[in-house]
Amino acid sequence: MLLGLVKPSSGHARILDQPFSSVEVRRKIGFLPEDFRFYDWLTAYELLALHGRLCGLTPAQLRDRVPAFLDLVGLTAHRDRRLRGFSKGMLQRVGLAQALIHEPDLIFLDEPTSGLDPMGRRLVRDIIRDQRKRGATVFLNSHLLSEVEITCDTVVFIKQGEVIGSRDLRSSPDGEIHVHIRANNLRQEILSALAQWTTSAHLAGESLTVSTRSMDTLPEILRFLVSSGIDVFEFTPQRLSLEESFLKIMGSEDQGL
Amino acid sequence: MTLWIIARVTFREAARRKILWTALLAAAAFLFLFATGMHYQVRDAHFTRVPPVLRYQILSSILQIGFYAVDLLAVLMAVLTSVDTISGEIASCTIHAIATKPVHRSQLLLGKWLGFAAMIAVYVALVFGGVLAVGYFIGGVRVHGALQGASLVYLECLVVLTATFLFGTWFSTLTNGVVVLGMHGLAFIGGWLEQIGTVTQSDRLVTLGILSSIVMPSESVWRRASYVMQSSTARALDFSPFATRSAPSGVMMVYAVLYLLVALFAALYHFRNRDL
Repeated sequence: MLLGLVKPSSGHARILDQPFSSVEVRRKIGFLPEDFRFYDWLTAYELLALHGRLCGLTPAQLRDRVPAFLDLVGLTAHRDRRLRGFSKGMLQRVGLAQALIHEPDLIFLDEPTSGLDPMGRRLVRDIIRDQRKRGATVFLNSHLLSEVEITCDTVVFIKQGEVIGSRDLRSSPDGEIHVHIRANNLRQEILSALAQWTTSAHLAGESLTVSTRSMDTLPEILRFLVSSGIDVFEFTPQRLSLEESFLKIMGSEDQGL
Repeated sequence: MTLWIIARVTFREAARRKILWTALLAAAAFLFLFATGMHYQVRDAHFTRVPPVLRYQILSSILQIGFYAVDLLAVLMAVLTSVDTISGEIASCTIHAIATKPVHRSQLLLGKWLGFAAMIAVYVALVFGGVLAVGYFIGGVRVHGALQGASLVYLECLVVLTATFLFGTWFSTLTNGVVVLGMHGLAFIGGWLEQIGTVTQSDRLVTLGILSSIVMPSESVWRRASYVMQSSTARALDFSPFATRSAPSGVMMVYAVLYLLVALFAALYHFRNRDL
């Protein structure tokens, strides 16, 4: 809808301080669709030149940027090949280049790594990082949570079109922190005493897992264990993974359909 | 500027995907057949004994058949090459990468329309010119009103092209093709009914023909083209089965132009307001 593909039934929105229906604002927006399909009778060079021209780039700019962006996505050797003969990964790379060629301020990437091998995924991560350094804002829409976790600063969970949760991945989460503890002599009264700092504790032999709401409590828990005569061999705080957050926020009844 | 970028890429698509070349190859095969037929007719022993005036009329009629074939080929070319340009790109999501660029949807649709219109202009000019050349150099027949006739054939192609664009914003590729060719078929039958009605003096048949021309004026534009290219003798004698006995009026030509414009605006309006 923000890109003008779907018409709103009601309401209004602004993007980069302009009405989202403005065509001009799209000069500052880059987009890689999930179902990326391009004119397959064009060569990679011609496709980038076409999209650059549509974004208002001058012939001189095109002469510089088209080869540079082909190089960026690793397709220089295939610049004169028609897209008809490209693999899915190669199409995704050229798609990424067309989304960036006009150096937009805002970039929407819909599942940009779905067709890529590990090398390609790393390339996309590096490109996104470079775009952030350039000052662009990148929206990454993905179901590959490991990619999101590595790449993004902030994550927003959307279910049936509604934002149902968000998480700042740059700082420690305010939510629960799980700590894995391996120690000798763990006894039931120790677990009871830990309840003043923890929300749950699970003991299995020498392995104890506790959950707490604040990183600040961790030194106190460790001091308490040591002062209680417990031999602590391992004390590892584990941040809740994005996947766990996802499952927690989406709810177990969601079958991902 | 954007309009021309889209028009150019559409024209290039037709050339690159070999649509234009294949159509021209088919047209070349037709011209070869037509020229061969004309050649043997001119040199036929019995034909050379026919009085010159009658001989000229027979060759003129053969030329009318040639124009009729050009018209049919051009209309088919207009429909078949453009039938998936809107609906196909929407269905395959190819349009997403282009429509999210700083491009007005009206520029996208008009640019494509211009690209196809240019391609059809090249096609009509070459094939129509080919038939004229065969008539002149082999048959020795000069066609009066050839430019007007070619312009009307081109107008007919534009009417059909615009209808294809309009229905392409509504329907899938297959449905679009069926609807437009069905409408042209309706107009074709209506045109014959009108001509038969004129001969048999049946007002009902004539009315049916006119109604079909209102629904789709393509065939009436062809009949006007055929009429302006007929020799006056052929008109007077109702000489050829492909000749026109009831020529559509100038008002009908104005209607065809208005039809084209309204269809184009309707296509623009619907394309601008639909989800992609």
